[in-house]
Amino acid sequence: MAKYAFFLGCIAPLRYPGIEKSTRVVAEAMGIELVDLTDASCCPAPGVIRAFDKKTWLAAAARNLALAEKAGLDILTICNGCYGSLFDAAHELHADKNLLKEVNEILKEVGLKYSGKTNVRHFAEVLYNDVGVENIKAKITNPVGYRVATFYGCHFLKPSDIKQLDDPENPKMLDDLVEATGAVSLYRKDKMMCCGAGGGLRSQFGDSAMKFTEENLKNMVDAGSEMIVDICPFCHLQFDRAQADLKGYALPVLHLSQLYGIALGMDRKELGLDAHVTPVKL
Amino acid sequence: MTAQPNNDFVQEVVARGGDSVTMCFQCGTCTASCPSGRQTSFRTRKLVRMAQLGLKDEVLNSQELWYCTTCYTCTERCPRNVAIVDIIIAMRNMAVAEGKMFDGHRKTAQSFVKNGHTVPISAEVKAQRKAMGLPEVPPTVLANEKAMADFDKILKATGFKKTIGE
Repeated sequence: MAKYAFFLGCIAPLRYPGIEKSTRVVAEAMGIELVDLTDASCCPAPGVIRAFDKKTWLAAAARNLALAEKAGLDILTICNGCYGSLFDAAHELHADKNLLKEVNEILKEVGLKYSGKTNVRHFAEVLYNDVGVENIKAKITNPVGYRVATFYGCHFLKPSDIKQLDDPENPKMLDDLVEATGAVSLYRKDKMMCCGAGGGLRSQFGDSAMKFTEENLKNMVDAGSEMIVDICPFCHLQFDRAQADLKGYALPVLHLSQLYGIALGMDRKELGLDAHVTPVKL
Repeated sequence: MTAQPNNDFVQEVVARGGDSVTMCFQCGTCTASCPSGRQTSFRTRKLVRMAQLGLKDEVLNSQELWYCTTCYTCTERCPRNVAIVDIIIAMRNMAVAEGKMFDGHRKTAQSFVKNGHTVPISAEVKAQRKAMGLPEVPPTVLANEKAMADFDKILKATGFKKTIGE
């Protein structure tokens, strides 16, 4: 059984705990053992904390990477922000020994050292690359027939020169993962457009963020989608909350772990669906 | 008003990780690809040109500097491999270092300092977690005073609180 340090981040445990719960249940069903990465902090968020002070971003990320290294495990994330920050920070530290030395001077203050051994993984690509779509199909007990708008988000595939997971303009990984449940993924205009929340837009220029979100929602509805499936709690929050303020949209928003939870017959209450702002009518 | 070019500005952008800034030949693929540029007055190509020309004050005081969501579409499509998001991050760091920070962003930074997370936990979420069989408080810095103290030491060492005006 593959074993990972489970990195929770902020939005999943503190705003959509159903994502955390369903990940724990689904991972076990898929043969992935999750060990809590205790004492971790925010990744820290790539579009805000990194934009405020890169040195702090790198040092706090290195602390999280060092905690996983101490536990002897690679990190598994369920959020594109966490994946983006931890993967990118690890990439920078692994490529630049002087930078690693500088960061270790800071980690020394808390009795930690990072030697550069932690790999950073995202739940979606672990399912795709390590478990495999055919094995997932064999484990589905409650197939669904939803017409889905898949939402990749930005920091999962990009920057693609270092992530190297899938074609950043025309990917298929998440579509294949969604269709493994029996659902249909529908193509749409501007499928890879950002949700609008990142980079501090949601926290400071919410009206601008909302314009991104509405354009995405319109394209999803025009394509005949009846729900959104994301792999990032921050995109998830943006789509779920935005629809309460926008007239005429009511697409349920599910994280991939929640869709898999449904397809594995998990109880609705455990999936946290009733805590969503946009009603999840299935 | 005549703009006053600052010749050291490009070098500082380079030193802060935006070393590809000099490679831009102003084709505009970035602006054409930018989802924020569709909604706002943000023009990616123009911002990079302003950096090249050393228009430090104009860049660091511009609201447009903060309209990028870091979606990386520009970086992916740039024919000169300019790491545009890295350049924007470098210039945002310089703005914040000069005390130029919006209230919404400062609030996020303050939560990060106080909670170790960008958002606080609420009584409502604690109840939801408990009902699902999860610990009320997730097993992060929030659940361990020693871990929170360590996190705080990291921020002290980098001077983050001072940087955000705490």
